Amino acid sequence: MLTALAVVRAQSLFATAMLSGAFSLLSALLFVTLDAVDVAFTEAAVGAGISTVLMLGTLALTARFERPATHSPVIPLFVVFVTGAALIYGTLDMPNFGDPNAPAQVHLAPDFIQNSPHEIDVPNIVTAILASYRGFDTLGEVAVVFTAGVGVLLLLSGLRHRRRRQGKEDS
Amino acid sequence: MRHHLILRVVTKLLIGVIMLFALYVQFHGDYSPGGGFQAGVIMSVAFIIYSVVFSLADAQKVLPPWFVHKLMAVGLLLYALTGVYSMFAGYNYLDYDAINPEHPVSGQHNGIILIELGVGITVTAVMVTIFYAFASRTPPMDDEAW
Repeated sequence: MLTALAVVRAQSLFATAMLSGAFSLLSALLFVTLDAVDVAFTEAAVGAGISTVLMLGTLALTARFERPATHSPVIPLFVVFVTGAALIYGTLDMPNFGDPNAPAQVHLAPDFIQNSPHEIDVPNIVTAILASYRGFDTLGEVAVVFTAGVGVLLLLSGLRHRRRRQGKEDS
Repeated sequence: MRHHLILRVVTKLLIGVIMLFALYVQFHGDYSPGGGFQAGVIMSVAFIIYSVVFSLADAQKVLPPWFVHKLMAVGLLLYALTGVYSMFAGYNYLDYDAINPEHPVSGQHNGIILIELGVGITVTAVMVTIFYAFASRTPPMDDEAW
């Protein structure tokens, strides 16, 4: 919470990038306390590691300091508060944390927990679900990562070739 | 960063450990938290830290861009072809029982290891590619610029 406020307040974008990395690390700790170790692992590696490095890379390409705001922050603040209030109102209907009768716990989860030891026999059930029961899902995710890589390649590295080709045509 | 002696020595020591940890996360993912995605990210961090502390040219000597671009597709193909293989063996797409029909559980194990390897390769290659794409567009900055 404190880090989030600091991210908003900081003027230097370098500080903002580093603080958002710290924020990711803290939320990874939160996931650990919620017993979601796999998610925490991903958050720590991707959120605190890679995305901070990529943000710094972007900063090196663009500006290093925030521009002063040109309009008053009242309307955006109002929109944020209304959205936040709506989201909190939405959570009131949700089942309590760890409730055994929650819809998420009664439908598929018992199936996975009961069947995966003799069907797949992998101690980490998260891996069994992701890789085997939901193999299609994971295949789609890998395809998304691949597409992201290709997109960045086309946007960032293709430009130089095109420019060089144009330069040749001009001369 | 030629003059940062401590950084360079520590980085040299750490890169091996980071790669080893990535391989552990990759192949121990069945038993402990982790898997292809996390391992791929950690593995790519080893290359990124090398190119940050030493130089982009040094890193591209170890892992040339054309090779990384091929790796992106190799990982995804490894995943998809595992599914195609199980289809040809007469099972559903991505049903790993096909890998070892007499002993489905071991087939599941091998299938999961195969596709996690595919995930890991693709994620490593994509992360390194994105970093190369960003880093190769700008001249390296000196410390005072920050």
